[in-house]
Amino acid sequence: MLLDKDRIFTNLYGWEESTLKAAKKRGDWDKTADILKKGRDAIIDEMKASGLRGRGGAGFPTGMKWSFMPKQSDGRPHYLVVNADESEPGTCKDRDILRNEPHKLIEGCLIAGFAMGAHTAYIYVRGEFYNEGSTLWQAINEAYDSGLLGKNAAGSGWDFDIVVHRGAGAYICGEETALIESIEGKKGQPRNKPPFPAMAGLYSCPTTVNNVETIAVVPTILRRGASWFAHLGRNEKNAGTKLFCISGHVNQPCNVEEIMGIPLKELIEKHCGGVRGGWDNLLAIIPGGSSTPMIPKTVCENIHMDFDSLREVGTGLGTAGVIVMDKSTDVIQAICRLSQFYMHESCGQCTPCREGTGWVWRVMKRMVQGNASVEEIDMLFEVTKEIEGHTICALGDAAAWPVQGLIKHFRPEMERRIMEYRKAAA
Amino acid sequence: MKKRFELNADYQPAHFEFSKNNKKLCEQLIALYPAGRQQSAVMPLLDLAQRQVGEEGAGLNPPVGGWIPRAAMDHIAEILDMPPVKVYEVATFYSMYNTAPVGKYLIQVCTTTPCWLCNSDAIVQTCKKHLGIGLGETTKNGQFTLMEVECLGACVNAPMVQINDDYYEDLTPETMQEMLDLMAENMAPRTGSQKGRRDSMALTGPTTLKDLAKKIGVA
Repeated sequence: MLLDKDRIFTNLYGWEESTLKAAKKRGDWDKTADILKKGRDAIIDEMKASGLRGRGGAGFPTGMKWSFMPKQSDGRPHYLVVNADESEPGTCKDRDILRNEPHKLIEGCLIAGFAMGAHTAYIYVRGEFYNEGSTLWQAINEAYDSGLLGKNAAGSGWDFDIVVHRGAGAYICGEETALIESIEGKKGQPRNKPPFPAMAGLYSCPTTVNNVETIAVVPTILRRGASWFAHLGRNEKNAGTKLFCISGHVNQPCNVEEIMGIPLKELIEKHCGGVRGGWDNLLAIIPGGSSTPMIPKTVCENIHMDFDSLREVGTGLGTAGVIVMDKSTDVIQAICRLSQFYMHESCGQCTPCREGTGWVWRVMKRMVQGNASVEEIDMLFEVTKEIEGHTICALGDAAAWPVQGLIKHFRPEMERRIMEYRKAAA
Repeated sequence: MKKRFELNADYQPAHFEFSKNNKKLCEQLIALYPAGRQQSAVMPLLDLAQRQVGEEGAGLNPPVGGWIPRAAMDHIAEILDMPPVKVYEVATFYSMYNTAPVGKYLIQVCTTTPCWLCNSDAIVQTCKKHLGIGLGETTKNGQFTLMEVECLGACVNAPMVQINDDYYEDLTPETMQEMLDLMAENMAPRTGSQKGRRDSMALTGPTTLKDLAKKIGVA
């Protein structure tokens, strides 16, 4: 359990204002220049020691990611890009940071930018978050007016600018290279890697793309020390605090900051008033946003919410957007709707994804009715395997996994529905 | 779902120009990006054009919501020194750019799984029945366009809709209908949770930071 004294986001729910004055009272921007004085290498080492892993879904160690940026500039500018294109179904945590804790993000940008030799950060906010983007702009302007951004930012001797770039409705722009394309004024279609962004990213310059939550926790980690953060959580590889979003069939859906590795049951019982109709009414959960395969109640009983525990049971922590489904749920329809989502959001670049996501959705629609043959379940599984790993970006994988998770855990339900449909037709 | 982009449709105006104020804004937006990278401003400029059309259209009879005429895309291509087709590509790739006229209130109902689990179907039904239109359609008086959209990132406040720039959350068919009634009279419903909860906090009150909540006076 996370103690209140160890919480980073004390204004998660917007009890207080998001202004600079209120943020400073919460401890933001406290001696930021002293943090920068430690130097680039020391900051990166501290981030490595903290065990922070990226909060956007993939869970890549943040300090290591930063260390991939060239140590010396070859004349090209370096860029920090912050991914605030939060669109993974089940996930709504970055929105709270943008609207209620923008100064944690802004201060984090300055520190992270300095640590990777960047003088400019672009924050890519999803277009639908219009009001949240405006709040962020306001906070940035306040920071400029107070000398915390711009020339000699926060008295650190480092010049730093932040630009908010608004998206316009495309899930795929959450993929880092698609996001970069989008900032360059193009369709958001992912790039082949290599070259990786750290070598050639935005405007072909060294670039690091980080999630909002990742950057927003940086100032607190550096202020309170890497060991403080590393000792929170379940183990050194699953350290710190995490924002969880619990939606669906719980009595009190909410966002909450908790310890990395909190037992799922505790998370739901303590913060969400339990599953609708009681724990025994639970059917399954999707643990980390729509891309992560679902797990049935039997697995939910003792599972811990962290990267490695969830990977061991064939799913993932992802963005920690927990979607809860009780026994009233038509679980095939729930996944079919996700298939529709991925079809809609496929950028159309790679054939397996462009054609495959539409095919999967059409078959899934028949599976919802039961208008299929049992062999088609195997074929559906096979086709998702043909999409997975055969595309430039991970959207193909993300479209495949929910369906694979459904077949793995709910095949008997799919077969039962097929039999019922046949009986009714006969 | 969305109307297709038709270059030569009847409704396409022959001419588009940014207003004097927006011309200044264009320059500011272009200046946000490095010299020679003015193409980066194509998204903010498309958004600006859509907003201008919406602002001008709000007072027309029947009213028209924000959309981007082809003439505006051509104009933006000229400003940014891009081939027009590159602007069309961007305008048709992103779902928030309306490439055909829409109603004054663009109702976008989220129906992706987290909202669907919380009965977004009932919200869609309420809108359809109350407005007498189907998905992708506009009411005859130009007041409303109804659309189904993918996840809007407010899942713990499901079901929810976005209407123009604002989110309306924790909906029931009853609150949805009340909102539509207000908008039919050009009145603004309160934004955010329709159950009166604070952002993403549990409706029954905080489960964390209870001492702080007491001190501030929110619980």
